[in-house]
Amino acid sequence: MVTDFLTKTLGLSRDVADALLVFVAVNILLCFVAVSAIFFIWLERKVAGRIQDRLGPTRVGGKFGWLQTIADGIKLLVKEDLIPGEADQMLFRLGPYIAFCGSFLAFIALPFADGWVAKPLSIGVFFMLAVMSTEVFGIILAGYGSGSKWALFGGMREAAQMVSYEVPMALCVIVPVIVAGSMDLNFIAKQQDWFWKWYLFHDPFTFCAFWTYFTCATAQCKRAPFDLAEAESELVAGFHTEYSGLRWSFFFMAEYAAMFAVSGIAVNLFLGGWNIGFLPNSVQVQLGIFANLLGVAIFILKAWGLVFVMMWVRWTLPRLRIDQVMMTCLKYLLPIGCALLLGVAVWQAFVPVLAVQIVGYLLCGVFVGGLGWVVFTLFAASTKLPGPGVPNLWTPSGSAKQDLAQT
Amino acid sequence: MDAVGLTPFLLLGALLFVCGTLCMATKRNAIGILMGVELVLNGATVNFVAFAYFNPVFEIEGQIFALFVIVLAAAEAAVALAIVLNFYNNHSTVDVDTAEELKG
Amino acid sequence: MDFLYPILFWLLAALIGVSAVAMVVTQNIVRAATWLLFTLAGVAGIFFLLSADFVGATQLLVYVGGTLVLVVFGVMLTAQGPFINLKIAAGEWAIAAVVGIGFFSLLAFTLINAKFDFPVPEQSQVATTAPLAAGAADGDPLIGDKGTGHRSLAASVVLGEALLGFEKTAPEAAVTGPRDVMAVPAPLPGMPPPSSRQARLVPVLKRQKMAYLLPFEIVSVHLLVVLIGAAYLARSKRRRGGA
Repeated sequence: MVTDFLTKTLGLSRDVADALLVFVAVNILLCFVAVSAIFFIWLERKVAGRIQDRLGPTRVGGKFGWLQTIADGIKLLVKEDLIPGEADQMLFRLGPYIAFCGSFLAFIALPFADGWVAKPLSIGVFFMLAVMSTEVFGIILAGYGSGSKWALFGGMREAAQMVSYEVPMALCVIVPVIVAGSMDLNFIAKQQDWFWKWYLFHDPFTFCAFWTYFTCATAQCKRAPFDLAEAESELVAGFHTEYSGLRWSFFFMAEYAAMFAVSGIAVNLFLGGWNIGFLPNSVQVQLGIFANLLGVAIFILKAWGLVFVMMWVRWTLPRLRIDQVMMTCLKYLLPIGCALLLGVAVWQAFVPVLAVQIVGYLLCGVFVGGLGWVVFTLFAASTKLPGPGVPNLWTPSGSAKQDLAQT
Repeated sequence: MDAVGLTPFLLLGALLFVCGTLCMATKRNAIGILMGVELVLNGATVNFVAFAYFNPVFEIEGQIFALFVIVLAAAEAAVALAIVLNFYNNHSTVDVDTAEELKG
Repeated sequence: MDFLYPILFWLLAALIGVSAVAMVVTQNIVRAATWLLFTLAGVAGIFFLLSADFVGATQLLVYVGGTLVLVVFGVMLTAQGPFINLKIAAGEWAIAAVVGIGFFSLLAFTLINAKFDFPVPEQSQVATTAPLAAGAADGDPLIGDKGTGHRSLAASVVLGEALLGFEKTAPEAAVTGPRDVMAVPAPLPGMPPPSSRQARLVPVLKRQKMAYLLPFEIVSVHLLVVLIGAAYLARSKRRRGGA
């Protein structure tokens, strides 16, 4: 549609129109990643604050600290560009850019709505995983090039962790690919137009694959509880110890971009992509561009929701040691991934179609029912105030009057 | 890609091959030699894929061979690194100029 | 976008050339690894240009994300001190340069003067007359260049077909089937229609090409052997003596 506009109205040749479209698409993606990063930094600080029973940023830009990230950005921009004397000059400068390129290139194959993808690739999800695996080298260069032993240790541990967790992640990604029959993310998400068709509920193996994939993705993005390599108490700051100012912020943009990319993959593979859940494809085709715009909004909301879950997990769970991290990957997640792969292959090949559909509806019902029950009990519990006689830390006997009377 | 033709791709493969061979010949670090081997294999792979594209009789065989080359190169790199690590454990250096005695 | 391909090719070729030569010239081993990274990434770009998407992605995943990281780990584990370089004598550099230029000239001369007479394939093997899949726009990147006879080699389905040895397939456009297949001859009249969930690739003709499934399995076993062997070879032992 846009191509027609460019060729017929503006009179450009077909080739130039295609090239211009690609250029515009990449620019839109870059702006989206930057805006997402701004939002995520603010969100991270608010979530961290709330989980730790405090408020988070409240001063810059109104009551909720909307402009805190802008203030952070200005501070980082005007910081002195320090390069340690012992650093390898070329490699130190190169590290952040390689890390960011590795994370950002994955967005080329990520569809935000039906057909709205920068470059439709028939190997979409494989390409995304392959490109995100080049981020490791940026970390290695940063760790080595800093010329400090904390950075080197952190960088090497980080690289080992990222490379190890790619394997169960790829295995879990293959599970819905087997169900769909294609690696094209656009195609896979298009299959999931009704809520009960979401691959999360398709069979027990894809259900488990989602949680396993999410764990591996959290480890791949070096987020807690797998963030030993950046832990302040253990390694000062890991591979980005010697980085300050804008170079450091490149690493963080790379991290948030990778978080959004893996969440986007999870949403497209398991959670229905851009589909709300009650708009079938036939209706979407009739609604035309409005369905696409709605799809973009839904997709972004779902992916942001998954990123929020990653942040929630970060500020809730304690950190794992590096040997625990590697053990989790090699002894638990990798066998689980292999078992899931075998299971879904057997399921697709041998189980009759009727059983598959029944199990799909059952799983959907059970999951939604379980979720509803959890929400209900949370609400029901919150309306009950602790009555008299319930002991707590502040009033050991359960009643303030009684305690005061005793003293 | 028809505008470029087949020969520039083959020249690229040849350049990678020659650079890999030079790397293997001039580096003293054993791992540098291993990196030269990787370059040589990449040159060969570029050749395979270029022929897969330009020769209409080949449909996809060149790409399949390229896949096998990549996988086997990774396997060979692993074994070569294990050997280098073993050498380092025995001699405390990776300088191949010191590996001039055959010991039983 | 046809005018972009030569530009992209020459850009990538320049990147690869500069990186490969820099890798030979540099003395620092970690910088050599970095130049190797750029070379491998450039070669992956060349693969994407040649419609070999799967091979390009495999190159990035296996070579850059696997082999190169392994090499750098090896460098770190065998380091003898910060930024120690093993230097080459100047005379050796001169000999290397002469040999390199001579070798490359020989290869280039041979390649430029070689005449590649590609046999014209039979009509059944070329997809020029295949009807485009329903709904595909003209110039859909998944279908391939129109009229040049190049199948869309990018489709991973084509690789799967080749691995299994099927030459002609008759997929049905089921909603769960892959949509990026071409060269669609009609199924023979006696064949049952493929069910929507069973194998969507119904072989129409007998297998005529060698299937690559056996080499694939052999390579898998080979990788297992290498995994065990390398882990055993590189196990930590007590260091005996040292210079």
